[in-house]
Amino acid sequence: MSETLPADGLLGWSWLLIALPLAGAAVLLLGGRRTDRWGHLLGTATVAASFVLAVLCTIQLAGQDGRPADVDLFTFISTGELDVRAGLLFDPLSAIFALLITGVGSLIHVYSIGYMAHDPARRRFFAYLNLFVAAMLLLVLGNSFVALYVGWEGVGLASYLLIAFWYTRPAAATAAKKAFIMNRVGDVGLALAIFVMFAQLGTTSYAGVFGAVGTLAGGTITALGLLLLLGACGKSGQFPLQAWLPDAMEGPTPVSALIHAATMVTAGVYLIARSAPIYDLTETARTVVLAIGALTLLIGAIAGCAYDDIKKVLAYSTVSQIGYMFLAVGLGPAGYVAGLAHLLAHGFFKAGLFLGAGSVMHAMNDQVDMRRFGALAKKLPVTFVTFGLGYLALIGFPFLSGYFTKDAIIEAALDRDDVWGWVLGGVAVLGAGLTAFYMTRLMLMTFFGRARWEEGVHPHESPSVMTAPMVVLAIGSVGAGALLVSVFPLSGWLEPVFGEPEEAAHVVAPAIIGLVVTAVMLVGVLAAWLFVGRREVPVTAPVRVSPVTRAARNALYADAVNESLFMRPGQWLTRALVWVDNRGVDGAVNGLAAGLGGSSSRLGRAQTGFVRSYALGILGGAVLVAGALLAVTAG
Amino acid sequence: MSVVDLSRKGHLVSDLPFLLLMIAVPAVGAAVVAALPKGRDELAKQVSLGVSLVVLLLAVLATIAFDTGGDRFQLTSSWTWIADFGVSFALGVDGIALVMLLLVGVLVPVVIGASWNDELPERRSMTAYFAWLLLLESMMVGVFAATDVFLFYVFFEAMLVPMYFIIGSFGGPRRQYAAVKFFLYSLVGGLIMLAAVIGLYVVSNSQLGEGTFAFDALRQLEIDPGVQKLLFLGFFIAFAIKAPLVPFHTWLPDSGSEAPIGGAVLLVGILDKVGTFGFLRYCLPLFPDASRFFAPFVLVLAVVGILYAALLAMGQSDMKRLVSYTSISHFGFIALGIFAFTTEAATGAVLYMVNHGIATGLLFLVVGMLIARGGSRQIRDYGGVAAKAPLLAGTFLVAGLASLALPGTNSFVSEFLVLIGSFPEEPVFTILATAGIILAALYILLMYQRTMHGPARGVLLQEDPAEPAPATGGGATATLAAPRRSLRVLDLSRRELAVVTPLVVLIIALGVYPQPLLELIEPAVSATMSDLGGTD
Repeated sequence: MSETLPADGLLGWSWLLIALPLAGAAVLLLGGRRTDRWGHLLGTATVAASFVLAVLCTIQLAGQDGRPADVDLFTFISTGELDVRAGLLFDPLSAIFALLITGVGSLIHVYSIGYMAHDPARRRFFAYLNLFVAAMLLLVLGNSFVALYVGWEGVGLASYLLIAFWYTRPAAATAAKKAFIMNRVGDVGLALAIFVMFAQLGTTSYAGVFGAVGTLAGGTITALGLLLLLGACGKSGQFPLQAWLPDAMEGPTPVSALIHAATMVTAGVYLIARSAPIYDLTETARTVVLAIGALTLLIGAIAGCAYDDIKKVLAYSTVSQIGYMFLAVGLGPAGYVAGLAHLLAHGFFKAGLFLGAGSVMHAMNDQVDMRRFGALAKKLPVTFVTFGLGYLALIGFPFLSGYFTKDAIIEAALDRDDVWGWVLGGVAVLGAGLTAFYMTRLMLMTFFGRARWEEGVHPHESPSVMTAPMVVLAIGSVGAGALLVSVFPLSGWLEPVFGEPEEAAHVVAPAIIGLVVTAVMLVGVLAAWLFVGRREVPVTAPVRVSPVTRAARNALYADAVNESLFMRPGQWLTRALVWVDNRGVDGAVNGLAAGLGGSSSRLGRAQTGFVRSYALGILGGAVLVAGALLAVTAG
Repeated sequence: MSVVDLSRKGHLVSDLPFLLLMIAVPAVGAAVVAALPKGRDELAKQVSLGVSLVVLLLAVLATIAFDTGGDRFQLTSSWTWIADFGVSFALGVDGIALVMLLLVGVLVPVVIGASWNDELPERRSMTAYFAWLLLLESMMVGVFAATDVFLFYVFFEAMLVPMYFIIGSFGGPRRQYAAVKFFLYSLVGGLIMLAAVIGLYVVSNSQLGEGTFAFDALRQLEIDPGVQKLLFLGFFIAFAIKAPLVPFHTWLPDSGSEAPIGGAVLLVGILDKVGTFGFLRYCLPLFPDASRFFAPFVLVLAVVGILYAALLAMGQSDMKRLVSYTSISHFGFIALGIFAFTTEAATGAVLYMVNHGIATGLLFLVVGMLIARGGSRQIRDYGGVAAKAPLLAGTFLVAGLASLALPGTNSFVSEFLVLIGSFPEEPVFTILATAGIILAALYILLMYQRTMHGPARGVLLQEDPAEPAPATGGGATATLAAPRRSLRVLDLSRRELAVVTPLVVLIIALGVYPQPLLELIEPAVSATMSDLGGTD
């Protein structure tokens, strides 16, 4: 990392980035019904203001050649050897995240004004959404692992509140709890990593840890890498902690777009990229990151092929795409920029796709079953076009966002020039084919074919307050990739963080990779058309299907495994322990009392007799003591 | 250090005998309230609230007068009491005792406010209840402010009496059983400690030529390691029952669930902390060798307690029992922090005592408010309350999040300090304890989901609340008849809001800016560690 500058100018005010949405949340939560009328506007305004500030800060950062600014705020926890200061680090890496969070966040706030217009609890929704933006900004702007952890659990809370937003629905309440618990499993890893840092290096700040990590033993560095990875897997829905993310779709769709697609779930990628100085020193941990990324990429893509719920397909797509990002950052220096570019592009097109899905649901009385859609292209023209552009960007249609960023990851994998490189590259290419399949299936089932609507549904295009953000995101989906890879290269912007990019010695020429990936993608599209597009889609899912389809519909049995490995044994253990504590431990003590002085039932009977008089005796003694004391003092 | 400057302002204020006043004012208040004629309930409440607010003011003034850079024990005063045995009525506070006094000062008025409209069992008078509460406050101040071991012992035992009557006379249906159990457990511990206190006197007599109970003299003693072990155990068992540590814990779920809510808050919030306070004040400095010898054993109990009690909490159907078990789990963290023998962990443990009192106090209060509305302690009798009572649900959530130590709440800071401070010395125990944060999320969110989320159902939300709900489970409804009419308005009343607001504010404020408390606590913890011959 390059030398840090004390923050001056606007950067000294960068804490306002967090404070503004936080203040918005506080006003909306404490203000009560009085703020119902304008609460959503305040919520949107504070995030938009943060976005403007983030842009200005980034401009200033660019003016000082990307040298990071450190904003020291106050002493958070200082005792003994531990000294945790609350402070922010505004560097090129946190800047791109701040822009993504506030930019996409603003658009989704605007969209929500329309989407939640008829919800009686709209004010509460905006309060939670503001809370999320504040926590997420703290996560990426904090200058220490403790600050990151505070934001990390803060976004977990916001996610919990928003998944459970319609909490009267048991499914929503359960999904929220599941998300929080599985995230906490990951948080344990992150917490332990912080403990190791303090134990070994005596500090938790980025500057302190990254400056000294090279002095640690190799095993310790690997342990750090793996513990951080556990945290990253929880937050980003990566194997083996992926099962919560699809359930999180119980939340309102703008939440799925912002939190469970564009920003929060990519925090794991941020964590690994931020911790690059640690991962650069541990090949082992990097290999595990790669393996998890590749595995999750496939799990998500396979499950995505089988679901009929439009939001769940998109959710598994997110799981899969974040797998790509993990794969990229797991490659080390060659992959950080590629992974982050894909993260940003994904932020645009996946948020756009979710907003489009929300628009479809809005038109279809909150239906999510794609078997009940069909023929919506003409009814929802704006949604169709914007969604379609996001779709093309995601499957990697030539010269749209995904084409550039996904190919960059595949190139970086192949550039390893070893067996692993070919395996990973192969998995990534295969994933591209699957992505094309499930997304084309989704497009065909939703927008084409025969209308399979339920009775009484009259689809209508969404109001412009909703379509405008979709249009902006669609433009981003089209252009972001080219912009980040060639016009305004992300690798140059991030140079102060990750160092000068090495001139890659390409094993396979990029042009050839592009052709191969495009060909595989077209095969996926064609397959989807063969299986879905040219046949009639039945309104109920066929029951007699191959074991492969059944496994995919069950997301490769992740929930079943979790239930039989953890949930049921846990419940069983809890019941057994309750029994033991009531009969065993308590009984033993009562029994001991019985052995010493009579039957244990006498314990109950003693109430009237001697205990009470004993208690009064003690009280009498205490009064005497007090009296004696007074006498002494007076005398 | 900011505290220092203020203390220089007025000598008049700083010369007040704060500690004596904090013991005497509530004791006198208790006598006054008890002497009020029956039927003057309103007056009794007002007097009690006023008295407890005076104590809070005294605690705040004492904190202002306290110099964090000064002597270990400040605001000291001492009167000879039993000259023949070297017993003095000696008072004084270090930073640890001071923050506990602040906690007492905050929680008692809150509890009095929360008990304002309590439905007491038949033939029990409100005046008596408030008199006992004030007497308890006096004893609690004494136990933290005593710097003479014998005086500490007297307060330690005397404290039982008001609590015994609070549980036994004003509690739930099985209050008699719970009160007797509480009393016997505590009594056994107390007697064992008495033996150790006397033993300590004997040792001081032989080493110093004249016996003493003064803490500052006793910690200079060089006690034979074998004797240390015995004396350590005497104190330790009493404190472990009080804290309580597994396997000495089974009295707490009974007491916590049968005590009236105000009593439960003070029991779990403060009384139990006397145990962990005792570990730090007496076990570690007086018996350093024995503390080191027994530390692995205590750490095992602490970590087993964290996980075991958390699992038990998940299995409870009674909300008050559930909260009691969560407390046992939290006390495991405090014990871990104390017996890891590092400044960071022990400072965290002291902060944990304060934060737990605030967070679990609030959780108990909210649960109590819910029970007062529904007449049942069973989780299954509630559902979907959030839709009808958003303020109650929000407060419940804040208390729950503090209990699971979410960053931004006070408990995060203390739990984080305990764990990060313990890790360098005791990595294995710390890793196991850290896994406990998953269980904490489970027991809190399970309870929250079952009572607050889902479709509206249960005793609270039937069409006509005038119809008493059928009694369900545990006989908990026996003494609480139909929900009172005033509570038909489901959400928090203004009085209830006034009660919970200070705690919510403290949870957030101490979660964001804990440093002032840490600066109070750390010097005393460092002194304790050096008594221990700290290797830090």
